[in-house]
Amino acid sequence: MDYKRVTLFAGHYGSGKTNIAVNYAFKIKADGHETVIADMDIVNPYFRTKDSEKELNEAGIRLISSEYASSNVDLPSLPQDLYNVIDDKSNYEVLDIGGDDRGAYALGRYAESILKENDYEMFMVINKFRPLTKDVESTLEVMNEIQTACGMKFTAIVNNSNLGDETTAEDVLGSLSYADDVSKATGLPVKMTTVDMKLYNELKDEVDGIFPLTLQRKIR
Amino acid sequence: MADKVLMKGNEAIAEAAIQAGCHHYFGYPITPQTEVAAYMSKRMPKIGGTFLQAESEVAAINMVIGVASTGKRVMTSSSSPGVSLKSEGISYLAGCDLPALVVNVQRGGPGLGGIQPSQSDYYQSTKGGGHGDYHNIVLAPASVQEMASLTVKGFDLADKYRMVAMILADGTMGQMMEPVSLDVSDVKTYDKPWALTGTECKREHNIVNSLYLQPEELEIKNFERYEKYKAIEENEVMYEEYLMDDAEVCVVAFGITSRVAKNAINEARAKGIKVGMIRPITLWPFPKKPLAAAADKCKAFICVEMNMGQMIDDVELAIRCKKPVYLCNRVGGMIPSPEEVLAKIEEVGGAE
Repeated sequence: MDYKRVTLFAGHYGSGKTNIAVNYAFKIKADGHETVIADMDIVNPYFRTKDSEKELNEAGIRLISSEYASSNVDLPSLPQDLYNVIDDKSNYEVLDIGGDDRGAYALGRYAESILKENDYEMFMVINKFRPLTKDVESTLEVMNEIQTACGMKFTAIVNNSNLGDETTAEDVLGSLSYADDVSKATGLPVKMTTVDMKLYNELKDEVDGIFPLTLQRKIR
Repeated sequence: MADKVLMKGNEAIAEAAIQAGCHHYFGYPITPQTEVAAYMSKRMPKIGGTFLQAESEVAAINMVIGVASTGKRVMTSSSSPGVSLKSEGISYLAGCDLPALVVNVQRGGPGLGGIQPSQSDYYQSTKGGGHGDYHNIVLAPASVQEMASLTVKGFDLADKYRMVAMILADGTMGQMMEPVSLDVSDVKTYDKPWALTGTECKREHNIVNSLYLQPEELEIKNFERYEKYKAIEENEVMYEEYLMDDAEVCVVAFGITSRVAKNAINEARAKGIKVGMIRPITLWPFPKKPLAAAADKCKAFICVEMNMGQMIDDVELAIRCKKPVYLCNRVGGMIPSPEEVLAKIEEVGGAE
């Protein structure tokens, strides 16, 4: 795969950004690049990149996360190392942005240096089974709010349409036209369609840009 | 059957409330329930409803009293410290016999406590919270689907009995995502001749009030209310039994801990331990009868709770202390693991 130096995942909250970001970081690392993943979520108090800390450490991926993530401190704080990581061009970086425009505000303070370097991919993660992004119109609304909040434009789309554990191959195939419609309306390519690992074999010949996910989860 | 969508528990409550005809929401943000308000703020303007972020929890609950007086469906939501602030208003709703839905997505306490999940508001929800002799109907969902269906049920019961129905969830239930079907074709509506809708000079005016100048009148009002509560205890108890037919050990758990317990029970069954579960869905009215019946068959009970042992009192009362009741708990925002529950089941189940 071809990577930009900085990859950002943003989108509606609950669209699956964190899980995709973690899986994407594993992929970059497996392809032989020094990789850093940064948790820039200032919105979600519960399910965080930090939940995969052990697996990331074992893979040799550096995790940058607020020292308050997954604790009882309800502060929208950002990790202090974030500036020097974004400026350190020897690493590949995956940035996990918080949900909606509220989460994307935090990106604004780093946008200038990312735009200046101009070696980034900013993915909009979409899921047609989320009620507030169930069609093209509502998805575009969320996209525009995020772009306005962070001062950066999306460069590509990740179709992460899923119903959690109950997702079937038909659900994924049925979401392709929705992703295409979002693509047409925005002029952005659908670079990945993500599926749970258990659906990968069934769908790998039918879906372009398929990207298998191993789910991280906190509780059963 | 409606198509399924993927939702957070908090969003499921909000959407189900709208589907149930609640077009008035008053709240104040607090982790881990903020998505209820966030969702309402997006949806209400699109359906011509009211979303209002009040200046405080106290203001929000008083706005709920206002709308409830007009007979419209209305709700508020918060997390533990915010519900404490709302408790005065909840008592006033009870004293005025007003229907409303109050959602508590619990976090660790007491005080500001923390933002991680907890079940330590069991006493507050089921034994009052506010002052005076009153009950809330308390519903404890254990899935995102139930967050939606019990919200619809809560509005129904609140209207039917003119009282507060409370959804008692926890931070994990609020934050977790699951597929959910928002099929709410069973929404019932009720005549509300008591509501303040304007007399148009065609009827006597209605009064909504909780102040009684004569103690005799207030006593009668309290007696009447407890007649109503008795009917609710007879007719509205909800619970789920899991593998109870041959169970020798009965686990009692609600909400998120019942899911953890289910995993532990399955593992214990694989090891040959005869264990089952009674999961109260209504915490008030409490499922006393099935627990009393289980006490005749089982040798022991285990309460799995994310508090220092609150529901355990109701279990002991329900079974009249016939059998020992053990506690398996974590607190402060910690969730018991299936392994911890399994260890307790093995300890109790093996102790002949």
